[in-house]
Amino acid sequence: MHDKSVFRHRLLPYLLVAPQLIITLVFFIWPAGQAFYQSFRVEDAFGFSTEFVWFENFIYLLSEPEYWTSVRVTAVFSGLVAVSGMALALLLAVMADKVVRAGRFYQTMLIWPYAVAPVVAAILWVMLLNPSIGIITYWLSKLGYQWNYVANSGQAMTLVVIASVWKQISYNFIFFIAGLQAIPRSLIEAAAIDGARPFRRFWQIVFPLLSPTAFFLLVVNVVYAFFDTFAIIHATTQGGPGNTTKTLVYKVYSDGFVGLDLGSSSAQSVLLMIMVIALTVVQFRYVEKRVQY
Amino acid sequence: MVENRPWLTLLRHLILLLGIFIIGLPIWVALVAATHPASDFVSGILPLWFGDQGWDNLKTALFNEVGLGVSVSASRMLWNSFVMAMVIAVGKIIISMMSAYAIVYFRFPLRRTCFWLIFITLMLPVEVRILPTYEVVSNLGMLNSYAGLTIPLIASATATFLFRQFFMSVPDSLLEAARMDGAGPIRFFKDILLPLSTNNIAALFVILFIYGWNQYLWPLLVTTDDQYYTIVMAIKRLMASDNGVVPWNLIMTTTILAMLPPVLVVLIMQKLFVKGLIEQEK
Repeated sequence: MHDKSVFRHRLLPYLLVAPQLIITLVFFIWPAGQAFYQSFRVEDAFGFSTEFVWFENFIYLLSEPEYWTSVRVTAVFSGLVAVSGMALALLLAVMADKVVRAGRFYQTMLIWPYAVAPVVAAILWVMLLNPSIGIITYWLSKLGYQWNYVANSGQAMTLVVIASVWKQISYNFIFFIAGLQAIPRSLIEAAAIDGARPFRRFWQIVFPLLSPTAFFLLVVNVVYAFFDTFAIIHATTQGGPGNTTKTLVYKVYSDGFVGLDLGSSSAQSVLLMIMVIALTVVQFRYVEKRVQY
Repeated sequence: MVENRPWLTLLRHLILLLGIFIIGLPIWVALVAATHPASDFVSGILPLWFGDQGWDNLKTALFNEVGLGVSVSASRMLWNSFVMAMVIAVGKIIISMMSAYAIVYFRFPLRRTCFWLIFITLMLPVEVRILPTYEVVSNLGMLNSYAGLTIPLIASATATFLFRQFFMSVPDSLLEAARMDGAGPIRFFKDILLPLSTNNIAALFVILFIYGWNQYLWPLLVTTDDQYYTIVMAIKRLMASDNGVVPWNLIMTTTILAMLPPVLVVLIMQKLFVKGLIEQEK
């Protein structure tokens, strides 16, 4: 915090921070502390008796194969969402960046899904891919492909990935377009004069200059896939068939609110928190070094 | 343009149009589905062209009980969503501006502690501490109320940081000049800082309105009384019909109603929204 000339006042600054601080303490800090505390306790479903058990919840959780299934599902799911979402958005952004006329039209047509709620995205794709009335289901069956995401785990995963990517593509697009427009034209023109063809220019000049944006988006997309896709899974597969789309966040919800296993749910929350913080730190530490600015 | 090759330009447009087609397909089908009678879906696949029931479906969704376990009309849910989005957006902006102002323009004991307490919340998405937060809200008797829907989502470190960043970039000379003219902290805020921040506030408002409108998990937990359902969280409930016939026409009418307001906000405020989004995250 650098020096800035300031006002002198004894009471006013406290009055100014008070609302935010009170809300933060009551609805953030206190519940988070509670989550930590609960993760060390075992409580029966009716809350009659509790016992402090140190790390038992964690040990039990980590010995559960179901938890590791969920870890694997989350990893596959976030990887697919981040990679395909970013690749498609980058393709569209590169195309739109070069279009001089009608550029604004394309941009408008591509950014509006940002405003659509994840659950709405889920409902829309469920309709298109519904086993009985879905129009895409129908097209696929014409091609001889049987689609039924309710029974087929690979197809269930495909459905949640498609809905998640569809929702997130506009966000990635906006950042890639901004990144592309910040690249000096002169650099690209110089390379063109030296005889570099479009593909080479992209990989050797544009792509490296875009890497900070890509890095930023990678972090955002993984966090998005972790947390914001809860609604998508809740509205489509509900973790099924047979836990194959049950991500870690969905498991926290279903164990806590449906299963009423507070200890385990809190332990999962704590692990999730640690995971997110670790993920962010690791990415910033190691990936950032290889990113060119 | 570095070079001009017609076939490349054509390819670009084709890829973009294909992208728009894929992104727009669900909306097209939803709009079409919203104009058909329910009976059109029993026979088989979704129709691809408009029917003539659009107006009737809209009236049914807006003014009748939606049905299927939701005994409230879509217009009521739209109102709830609107209240929620507005309170969250306006509330966040006000309290974030206040705290950022205090942190940047005052030196007071515990300033650093306040700063870090707010900063920590960046690391804790609501999904992670969902159960204990629910308990707090329930203990405070805030279930099934607008307060319960909004206040826990109002504290936002991102908005505070955005304003902090912006306030720090405001030149010191402005403050010096204001003080020389005898302006106190409130006057300086009202007459100088607030007018300077209008663009930031507007952009942030768009983003926060959408954020509030699109909340799902939180309203799902804190509302059990239909009177407080938001339209976004209720949509999923409509799908849960188990008597065989899913009224796709009404579901799609409701879905379109649910996404229309935020999409319109983005389209109308496009420039401001894009600018605000990029500034906010970088």
